[in-house]
Amino acid sequence: MTLRVKAIESLLVEKGYVDPAALDALVDTYENKVGPRNGAQVVARAWVDASYKERLLENAPKAIAEFGYLGLQGEHMVVLENTPKVHNLVVCTLCSCYPWPVLGLPPVWYKSSPYRSRAVIDPRGVLREFGLELPEDVEVRVWDSTAELRYLVLPERPAGTEGLSEKELAELVTRDSMIGVAKAGKP
Amino acid sequence: MNGVHDMGGMHGMGPIEVEQNEPVFHSRWEARVYALHRAMGPWRKWNIDTGRHEIEKLPPADYLRMSYYEKWFARFVSLIVKTGVVTQAEVDSGKPAEGSAKVTPLLTPEAVPSVALNRNLPNTVDPSVVPQFEVGQRVRARNINPTGHTRLPRYARGKVGVVDRDHGVHIFPDTSAHGLGEKRQHCYSVKFSARELWGDAASPRDSVYIDLWDDYLERA
Repeated sequence: MTLRVKAIESLLVEKGYVDPAALDALVDTYENKVGPRNGAQVVARAWVDASYKERLLENAPKAIAEFGYLGLQGEHMVVLENTPKVHNLVVCTLCSCYPWPVLGLPPVWYKSSPYRSRAVIDPRGVLREFGLELPEDVEVRVWDSTAELRYLVLPERPAGTEGLSEKELAELVTRDSMIGVAKAGKP
Repeated sequence: MNGVHDMGGMHGMGPIEVEQNEPVFHSRWEARVYALHRAMGPWRKWNIDTGRHEIEKLPPADYLRMSYYEKWFARFVSLIVKTGVVTQAEVDSGKPAEGSAKVTPLLTPEAVPSVALNRNLPNTVDPSVVPQFEVGQRVRARNINPTGHTRLPRYARGKVGVVDRDHGVHIFPDTSAHGLGEKRQHCYSVKFSARELWGDAASPRDSVYIDLWDDYLERA
């Protein structure tokens, strides 16, 4: 693959369609600047600021724009709140839609056939595979990203975190907890 | 199309394999494929729906065997040839045809940060496009089997749900993918109970929310 990709890149550079420096910048951006730390900041803000949380659930794009974290594959954001009685889980059964600006590019398992096929028919089984056993009385809501809406789960704030700062709280917010396959980390 | 990409509800795909501390890209070529695709975006040679459909059209056995970025690369080469960016002869030789025009790149390195992250609010409001359904209404996903691109998954067809929220006006992928126009219409989150979709063995509490356009729905 390395040689085949290099050949196509050289061809497009020679014809003037792409600038190799722009390719470098794109790679650097998604390797180092755009990732789940962005979403974690949004979640931590919602945990400490009730009015921000309200704005986030009411109009996610507007609230996320306050951080500057909109962009391609994350324009039409929707935030889903987990509670002791409701657990949200996000999937894209048809391809691999994922909110890039807040979570970065998706991990391989999110794009894989096992996850895409099973998340909608057996969400509790999938969660069990991730080590999360939900009680029967918790309602599981699976969100299949079939359109341009991009979903971010707002995980529950872990117990015993009352004294933590917003920055410390953001450290507890994992990528998986914002997809809905895990809970936020413990302090 | 009723392709293997439409895999919601299928069995037999095996366990979910999670890689700890996974890198964003597993090799340089994956990163370059991703970046090439993005750098071609501003040329608007194809849209997102055409791009998705190009991957769906891969032969099913290839689709299941290939990695994500192998699929992206196959799609990319296919699209740049189909849209006339390059010729097949140029792909084969790796060299621009003699006398072929030279253009200037549209995506500059300076523009990259603002295409990745920005504050641009989406516009989904268009009062001239009237919603066909309202929040709280019972709807049935139509039983359609188009051979082209569609975002109505098979597992939802013929099933009854309730409109949970109206996401405003969105481009209709079934026409957009084939150059047949944007056909903007309302798109909704429709809530289907797990039992409606999968039968009585499913949890009575659980549900699946699917984003569906007006043209996918009928009154129930």
